[in-house]
Amino acid sequence: MSNKSVILQCEAVTVEFDGFKAVQGMHLALEKGELRFLIGPNGAGKTTILDVICGKVKPSSGKVLFSGDVDITRKKEHQIAELGIGRKFQTPSIFPTLTVFENLEIAMKQNRSVFSTLWAKMRTEDEDRIHNQLVMIGLEDKAQWRAGGLSHGEKQWLEIGMMLLQEPEILLLDEPVAGMTDKETDKTGELLHEIARQQSIVVVEHDMEFVRNFASKVTVMHEGKLLKEGTMDEVQGDDRVAEVYLGKKRRDVDVSRSTA
Amino acid sequence: MEITIIQLFNGLSMGSILLLIALGLAVTFGLMNVINMAHGELIMIGAYATYITQNLFNDYLPASLFNWYFVLSIPVSFMVAFLIGWLLEVSLIRFLYGRPLDSLLATWGIALMLQQLARTIFGAPNVAVKSPTWLDGGFRLMDGVVLPYKRLFIILLVIVTLVAMFLYIYRSHAGRRMRAVMQNRDMAACLGISTRRVDSMTFAIGSGVAGIAGCALTLMGPIGPSLGTYYIVDAFMVVVLGGVGKLVGTIVGAVGIGVTGTMFEYWTNASLGKVLVFLCIVAFLQWKPKGLVAMKTRSLD
Amino acid sequence: MQLRTLTPQKIYILIGYAVAATALFCAPMVLSDFRLNLLAKFLAFAIVALGLDLIWGYTGILSLGHGVFFGLGAYAMGMYLKLEASGGRLPDFMDWSGLSALPWFWKPFESFPFAIAMGILIPALLALILGFFTFRNRIRGVYFTILTQALVIITVTLFIGQQKFTGGTNGLTGFTTVLGHSIGSPDTKRMLYWVTAIVLIAAFVLCRFLVKSRFGKVLRAIRDGENRARFIGYNPAVYQMIAFAISAGLAGVAGMLFVLHVGIISPSTMAIVPSIEMVLWVAIGGRGTLIGAALGAVLLNYAKSAFSESYPDAWLFFLGALFVIVVVFLPKGAVGLFRKWKLPKRRRTEHEQQVGHSTV
Repeated sequence: MSNKSVILQCEAVTVEFDGFKAVQGMHLALEKGELRFLIGPNGAGKTTILDVICGKVKPSSGKVLFSGDVDITRKKEHQIAELGIGRKFQTPSIFPTLTVFENLEIAMKQNRSVFSTLWAKMRTEDEDRIHNQLVMIGLEDKAQWRAGGLSHGEKQWLEIGMMLLQEPEILLLDEPVAGMTDKETDKTGELLHEIARQQSIVVVEHDMEFVRNFASKVTVMHEGKLLKEGTMDEVQGDDRVAEVYLGKKRRDVDVSRSTA
Repeated sequence: MEITIIQLFNGLSMGSILLLIALGLAVTFGLMNVINMAHGELIMIGAYATYITQNLFNDYLPASLFNWYFVLSIPVSFMVAFLIGWLLEVSLIRFLYGRPLDSLLATWGIALMLQQLARTIFGAPNVAVKSPTWLDGGFRLMDGVVLPYKRLFIILLVIVTLVAMFLYIYRSHAGRRMRAVMQNRDMAACLGISTRRVDSMTFAIGSGVAGIAGCALTLMGPIGPSLGTYYIVDAFMVVVLGGVGKLVGTIVGAVGIGVTGTMFEYWTNASLGKVLVFLCIVAFLQWKPKGLVAMKTRSLD
Repeated sequence: MQLRTLTPQKIYILIGYAVAATALFCAPMVLSDFRLNLLAKFLAFAIVALGLDLIWGYTGILSLGHGVFFGLGAYAMGMYLKLEASGGRLPDFMDWSGLSALPWFWKPFESFPFAIAMGILIPALLALILGFFTFRNRIRGVYFTILTQALVIITVTLFIGQQKFTGGTNGLTGFTTVLGHSIGSPDTKRMLYWVTAIVLIAAFVLCRFLVKSRFGKVLRAIRDGENRARFIGYNPAVYQMIAFAISAGLAGVAGMLFVLHVGIISPSTMAIVPSIEMVLWVAIGGRGTLIGAALGAVLLNYAKSAFSESYPDAWLFFLGALFVIVVVFLPKGAVGLFRKWKLPKRRRTEHEQQVGHSTV
């Protein structure tokens, strides 16, 4: 598009599951270094739009343009990941029989062809990077643990660590703070802001407290469509948003109390 | 022209037997994600049950009644295979739910033991089952085209079994519970359906149908301890081709493999025919990797 | 890091390897010619087991078609041996089947190096092709396993059906010499044993290199979560294809050695039962551990040759029961059992936590 700083542009994306339209003509433009929150009631199509961006679901119509002119809807998942779009799923999905260290090792940004993994040597700078990441996610003592033996929260952190080592240009996070303590949630929020200095992030979140504390720009989806886009204050003040969240008769109630 | 019709008919007859065998497999795989390699041996058990029924008629009943043994042997082979299938489910299969590859290996071990057991009891050589005289001869469709009554009878038997299965699955309470478990096991359990009972019942019925298939196979030729192994892989190919979850996929898969297989074998020879069928199946899977009908899910794996 | 330091445990493992290698090389001095030949055959089987473990234990793909890859390797070597035995004339079975000239695809097998190359390349290529048409479309799990079993059936019927090219049910036999040395003489047999032992060690080293490399970690990652690996940016299909092809190539190597030891290859060697028995070797030894797979192959075959001659019926019961017991009660095989028994309970949990089940 004309705007140079736009890194991801969804144009009129529609997704159908057996006739049911999960997403209808969705538009979304993400700028470089932006931290965007995607909210909306259950079934609004938030997760589906992430699925479209990372290639898990093919849209029935519409385009997703990455860095200006690459239409990624025709590409396979691993190619999209290679381009620089990382995805964290709702349930932590790490590799349970690999150690924590190994999980990070294979996630690390590198040439992912068979040939290069076959001859890959662990260089000192890679080891340092992994080690720094381990410290950051607080798992340096458990580097040699099997990842399957970690607690739920630790798995979440491990997955975030894996994503960061992947160094994607865009991070897609599906409910990253689900199941985290308040302290961990705050830590995650700060981390997201730090990441957003260089990378772009899309976060799907239900935790309104978290959204209010850390969001600069919020996109509200409803029934597969874009409902409202703007700052948290603008979104909170919007009548339609209140209607969607709380039903028609209680427009005056503050949206932010809802955790939908 | 005549030859084409005969080949088509043979293909249909082959397909109907495959269907009978694959029916049980498709249901147990769809329901419990278990691959039962011992299914072929349940066919063998059904065939031997027919053999025993015949011998009992021969030994203890007047010769005038002999022709009716086959009518009795159908429910007998169903019941015997049903019981053994049920035993298998409660003693072994239930430990293997959700582990398809392991279930495949373990049931293969069972298959090996059942075959050896049959060899110990009945001896290794094949035994012949004398088909009733009312199935001798054939229906003359036109000059040069005679459709043997035996094959017609098998097709009829398959249709009756299919209708019974359809009624059971789509019209009975037990069938509704079964479909509920198939589509969402946890939800069904929450709604108070005893998934354990549904599983063992379904597995036993699938086994019983395999027994009927074995009974039908006695009409086609002599039977032996390794009877089931000839059909089991073809039957699994039906499941792969047809997909899991709906009867119609299994029907189309079975008839498809039966007819194309017979045609290819006629046009080339038995060995090349098999290769061609395999290539066709692989080619088909390029187009529909999950088979003809597939249930969609949104989960990651 | 700690990867490079020698812990006592690592020293024990190294000593274990050294003892195993010494035992392999000393066997000819201790065993009779007959026993040595038997052991050589089992070592060839161990090579198949290593390859099968690579694809099943580490990548999570169960192939019931390794008998075919084994058989293709064996036939490649068998063709060479048959041509050498025929000494320029048409092989006897072709004569009987009414062929008057050597088929074009038999001709190059007069060359020993060509036969060896084909014995590896044909199985690997077939695996690559099958893998290409399945893994790319995410046909996996039992669907793939059933397709490999169908591959066995069609290959066996094809080899039986094309009697004039393959020798039919009887297969290829009546070999006399290999590279000019009499194939039955004790000296040649001993030489072939050495070759097999060296190839086995080489195969072990290769597999160990593969599973310890980052490639091996990606394979395990694919086993754990194929889609997750995909979203990190790996293309699982390519990894699965390569692993499957290497595995098939190893089976081909084993097949070539098998023919040299046994002197016959027929379709029954690559049928369904032998193919699935190969899987049992790995299951019993312990999938996901290379040493377990190799030991499983040797021990189970030793038990088979000891029992099945005197009690053939009981052997099949035993084999069937073994399948059930191993799968239901010992999913980690003998090596898993050994670890359980060897390490005291407290250390065990710690050990499992730290290293997982797929080292050694």
